[in-house]
Amino acid sequence: MSATQTVSLAVPRRSLAQRYPALRRFLRHKPALLGLCVVVFMTLFSFAGPWVIPFNATDTDIRARLMEPFAGAHVLGTDPLGRDVLARLMYAGRISLSVGFAATALSVLIGVLVGLVAGFYRGAVGAVLMRFVDAMLCFPSIFLLLAIAALIEPSVTSIVVLIAMASWMEVARVVEGQIRSLRERDFALAAESLGAGDIRIMFRELLPNAVAPIVVAATLNIAHAILSESYISFLGYGIHPPTPSWGNMLENAQSYLTNAPWLAIVPGVAITLTVTSFNFIGDGLRDALDAKLDR
Amino acid sequence: MNHLEPIHFVAAEDSAQVDNILEVRDLNVAFRTAQGHVHAVRDVSFSLRRGETLALVGETSSGKSVTCLGLLGLTPPAPYCTISGSARLAARNGKTYELVGTPERVMRQVRGGVASVIFQEPMTSLNPVHTVGAQICESLRIHLGMKGRAATDRAAELLNQVGISDPKRRLTNYPHELSGGMRQRVMIAMAIACEPSLLIADEPTTALDVTIQAQILELLQKLQSDNRMAMIYITHNLGTVAEIADRVMVMYAGRIVEKADVVELFTRPQHPYSRGLIHSVPRLHSGRVRKTPLFAIPGNVPDPAAHPPGCTFGPRCGHFEPGRCDAAVPDLESARPGHLVRCVRWPEIEGAA
Repeated sequence: MSATQTVSLAVPRRSLAQRYPALRRFLRHKPALLGLCVVVFMTLFSFAGPWVIPFNATDTDIRARLMEPFAGAHVLGTDPLGRDVLARLMYAGRISLSVGFAATALSVLIGVLVGLVAGFYRGAVGAVLMRFVDAMLCFPSIFLLLAIAALIEPSVTSIVVLIAMASWMEVARVVEGQIRSLRERDFALAAESLGAGDIRIMFRELLPNAVAPIVVAATLNIAHAILSESYISFLGYGIHPPTPSWGNMLENAQSYLTNAPWLAIVPGVAITLTVTSFNFIGDGLRDALDAKLDR
Repeated sequence: MNHLEPIHFVAAEDSAQVDNILEVRDLNVAFRTAQGHVHAVRDVSFSLRRGETLALVGETSSGKSVTCLGLLGLTPPAPYCTISGSARLAARNGKTYELVGTPERVMRQVRGGVASVIFQEPMTSLNPVHTVGAQICESLRIHLGMKGRAATDRAAELLNQVGISDPKRRLTNYPHELSGGMRQRVMIAMAIACEPSLLIADEPTTALDVTIQAQILELLQKLQSDNRMAMIYITHNLGTVAEIADRVMVMYAGRIVEKADVVELFTRPQHPYSRGLIHSVPRLHSGRVRKTPLFAIPGNVPDPAAHPPGCTFGPRCGHFEPGRCDAAVPDLESARPGHLVRCVRWPEIEGAA
């Protein structure tokens, strides 16, 4: 009796980190924590920032062309059309981050479905699907992206779809491997013996057990997607001006590299910071979600 | 459309068939492997009455588990595994299901609803990512369409039935928060959730320590008499057989070698294999001189892909007689009423050790 009381009293006192060892491990991973801070900052910066600053991303000011940073009202200077670089960076961040998240969501969806079906049914179905995945992986994605981007009308939606099409294979492989091993576990047979159907076993019994590696793959995928968007836009096949994106800001900066280097440095730093941060978060999650690494 | 529907029993009242929950006739299970077809189960026939416990006994790879997995269609799909024969299972509502060759859709209703299985490993048979409550409710939702509060209440009631204290709180626990015995109780709760007419217990106590074993056996017996379930109890632990079973079926290399009432089998085993099994149970207070080495049947179960000719137990048998034992597979003969034995020499060796 007294034992139960101590236990029930002790429960609410434990902190979140104590109850979730994975969270504790993540919080101990300093680069990941830093990465998370940067990502949160970049997101707030991009989505809430435009309300704070007095400039618009598309308003031109001919009298204030190519202003240097930290020298006036324009904190990060202006571009050749007199547009505020800080404002453009924020609006571009909206596009680039959205494309990153949306493309990842779509690629995870496709990857999970393909991996789930291939891993669960194996046999001919699994072989065909996974060989298709292998074939897609062999194809250099940059050429695939550019070739298709040259053919279709570029828009945010089409870029998202394109990037997702070129990056779902990694998730599919991870999921397939997980499901293959999970479906041999006793609880899958137990669920079947209780009358659960294939769909139910796949989504309710097996998939939740594979969430950890999917989350890791997805996080790394976001970095990859942001980078993809940048170089497609940089090469001129992606998001078209006047809509800013970090990639096309870099493209516009090319011709002014010597007399206005901040035009390239500012979006370059934004891309580097964000992509590196997502990679750090991915590493941190990988370590945190793998209970075997607990010290 | 016709074959999709359960077969209705006409005139369920007449004859002894009323109480037969399960009728298995000539069940064969074969696996396709790289070495050709492997017959894991051959010509298994038995029946089971309401409230009766049948123990399936045999060494590893004798076909006990495959028999039961085959009955519920839990073996791999068609090209890899073929099942033939017939198995009729009666549900509580009077419907009878043929289990062999039935479409998946119907089998899903049977599994968990009319017949359910308790597996050997409670540690791995529960899904680690769902709470115990969610997993019990799942089964209630699939078969009885119960949701929300009703399902939770029923789940708590089930946990109470299997002897778990503070069931309401236990429902919110994850499997890793429970001990092995508790997890096995949860598995049992899930299995009996929809009041099946047949419960298959596949070595339910193997992974548990001895005191918990006794509790689980007691629980199974109690639930069985409360719910009037038929039970197939698979084990290689003869001690538990004596405790729980009404009848015993000894299997060897996929075939039934002996079938008898439990007392009959333990007092007058006929087949050399059953004798060997019973003989190899360690005894503390035997009349024999101490320090005799523990008896063991020599050799191993034959490779299922390459059975010896004739009696499959021949090469390991102390009563092997060339020319008779390896000529043909012996038939199941009736040694006494209700006592079947598959051995050509049973009358001769009856008295021998």
